[in-house]
Amino acid sequence: MAESTDCHKAQQDFPKVLILKPIPFINLVGEQYFASNKFTFLEAYDSSLPLHQFLSTHSPSIKAILSSVGAPPITADILHLLPEVGLVVTTSVGLNQVDLLECRRRGIKVANAGSIFSDDVADFAVGLLIDVLRKVSASDGYVRKGLWATKGDYPLGSKLGGKRIGIVGLGNIGFAVAKRLEAFRCSISYNSRKRKPHVSYPFYESVCELAANCDVLVICCELTDQTHHMINKEVLSALGKEGVIVNIGRGAIINEKEMVQCLVQGEIAGAGLDVFENEPDVPLELFAMDNVVLSPHVAVFTPESFLDLRDLVVGNLEAFFSNKPLLSKFRGLVIGLSNSSYCRLVFLTFF
Amino acid sequence: MNHQPTPQTGKEKNPNLKKISGLTMESIGVLMTCPMHKYLEQQLETHFNLFRLWHCNSSITEFLKTHQGNTIRAVVGDTNIGADAELIASFPNLEIVASYSVGLDKIDLRKCEEKGIRVANTPDVLTDDVADLAIGLILGVLRRICASDEYVRIGKWKDADFGLATKFSGKSVGIVGLGRIGTAIAKRAEAFGCSISYFSRSQKPFANYKFYSNIIDLATSCQILIVACALTEETRHIIDREVIDALGPKGILINIGRGAHVDETELVSALLEGRLGGAGLDVYENEPEVPEELLGLGNVVLQPHVGSDTVETSDAMADLVISNLKAHFSNKPLLTPVI
Repeated sequence: MAESTDCHKAQQDFPKVLILKPIPFINLVGEQYFASNKFTFLEAYDSSLPLHQFLSTHSPSIKAILSSVGAPPITADILHLLPEVGLVVTTSVGLNQVDLLECRRRGIKVANAGSIFSDDVADFAVGLLIDVLRKVSASDGYVRKGLWATKGDYPLGSKLGGKRIGIVGLGNIGFAVAKRLEAFRCSISYNSRKRKPHVSYPFYESVCELAANCDVLVICCELTDQTHHMINKEVLSALGKEGVIVNIGRGAIINEKEMVQCLVQGEIAGAGLDVFENEPDVPLELFAMDNVVLSPHVAVFTPESFLDLRDLVVGNLEAFFSNKPLLSKFRGLVIGLSNSSYCRLVFLTFF
Repeated sequence: MNHQPTPQTGKEKNPNLKKISGLTMESIGVLMTCPMHKYLEQQLETHFNLFRLWHCNSSITEFLKTHQGNTIRAVVGDTNIGADAELIASFPNLEIVASYSVGLDKIDLRKCEEKGIRVANTPDVLTDDVADLAIGLILGVLRRICASDEYVRIGKWKDADFGLATKFSGKSVGIVGLGRIGTAIAKRAEAFGCSISYFSRSQKPFANYKFYSNIIDLATSCQILIVACALTEETRHIIDREVIDALGPKGILINIGRGAHVDETELVSALLEGRLGGAGLDVYENEPEVPEELLGLGNVVLQPHVGSDTVETSDAMADLVISNLKAHFSNKPLLTPVI
């Protein structure tokens, strides 16, 4: 009995890792797989206290934050209430929900999911694209409703081979998408913040120019101030009536209202979307369209990647609390400020 | 102008061919067995004297009530209705069967060879599309893309998160039949980091993949089994209970070949009992009938035989059919001869 009390007491003394909102990933894998003798989780959402009060109360013991997609952003305001925090770990690759400038200023380390999800996200992007072009989901539904026998053959799809693919953002994920689509006899070109010196794919300075010269746009970039609503009516018009867009980045990279309008009016041929501006809300107009494939932000959701991510998250937290080098430290360089608290960054390495 | 059919290389001159004089191609009777593609139908109408079997309830007997059997010199068939013994016997002047397909299982090849009837099909032009669909089916099943599209559309996303699918990259892929389509599938799967192995009638000397001379061994060794071979007497029901059990509860079966490659009854019971992890099917034993038990399953993706059904490929296949017919009736070599 005394032993368990000691254990419990010891656990209470462990440094705390703050979680602001339930993380689906942890629930899916199982909370027990995140148990550690170096830290415990502190769930802010379990408390009846208002958030600021909760944070002020517990701030001496909160040494790290575990952030995820869809959780409240880790803003400068929140960080000001947590003077002991030395590390922010995210379960995502994207870091748009973290005030990186403030972290930099405070010397707070940041660790993301690195390239763990690259394969899964790239696989999913290709799957969405094939589905849109070949109407896989639509004709699967057609068969299940018994219409093949009664109404005859389903309308023809469009060939993937030979299509010109424009990758928006040639990072780990963009590169993985490109490599896969090359095997389908597609040609690849890209737009990125900067031309990549060792890449032979044609580079386009502007996303509009890229769109004008390809049949498919695949959005693989980060959400930042610069990329917010970067895909708008102008870009989609340049993509054209036969064009298809696939988004496995973030919903807000696309001006959703304008994209929906383009789809309704036939200004583009179709879309494969895993992300939306206001998840889980999806524009109702899309539900009636059979040239659109929708998924609930699951491009990273495979058990294999989640176990890898679990290892990485726990590994990073334990390394931090043991004063060892992080497994996936984000080493971004601040090169300029924008008008908001988020800024433009050059990604050097993740590992 | 005398139209003298010249002997084809290695074949006897067909004694049934009549000498035809003063006839143009537009008068040549071509029978289309079903409404396979509008563009093909238009082209056949333009270039030949087209007869449509479906206007006679798709029945040869009915057709012969109102048409002379000897008017038909060419048949354009597909995966639904080809050229069986009955059809061949009904058209004594039949010279060529041009199939709007690469598969030849609906054509009585032995009868054609016996009677000196040429046969042409549509290889290569559809290889990419069929291979693309195979990968699309794998991703659809493993990553549950179709199921998640349905999930969002019926408004379930607001209630709960979707749950886990399974990773494709890096899985082991086994291909049954490493022909043109099998090879194209292998090339695509390799780009996803998959290891490739195959079962074929004989080992392919230039294929850098692991060869299994026994299909059970192939099924045991891989996580994704893809049927990509031709349908013959030997390959009928090649995917039986034993193969399905070897593939196992974590395995998935992809069929872009012919429905008859798979013992459909065994497939259905394996899926219902969880002895097979999932299936992506483009073909079925009795199209367009699909086993009812499959319609409610979340671990299958069902396609209505659309392997080559893109605008681009359908048109390319049609052009090839027309080119083969024109070549034959101009005494030129067929572009894609089978016989």
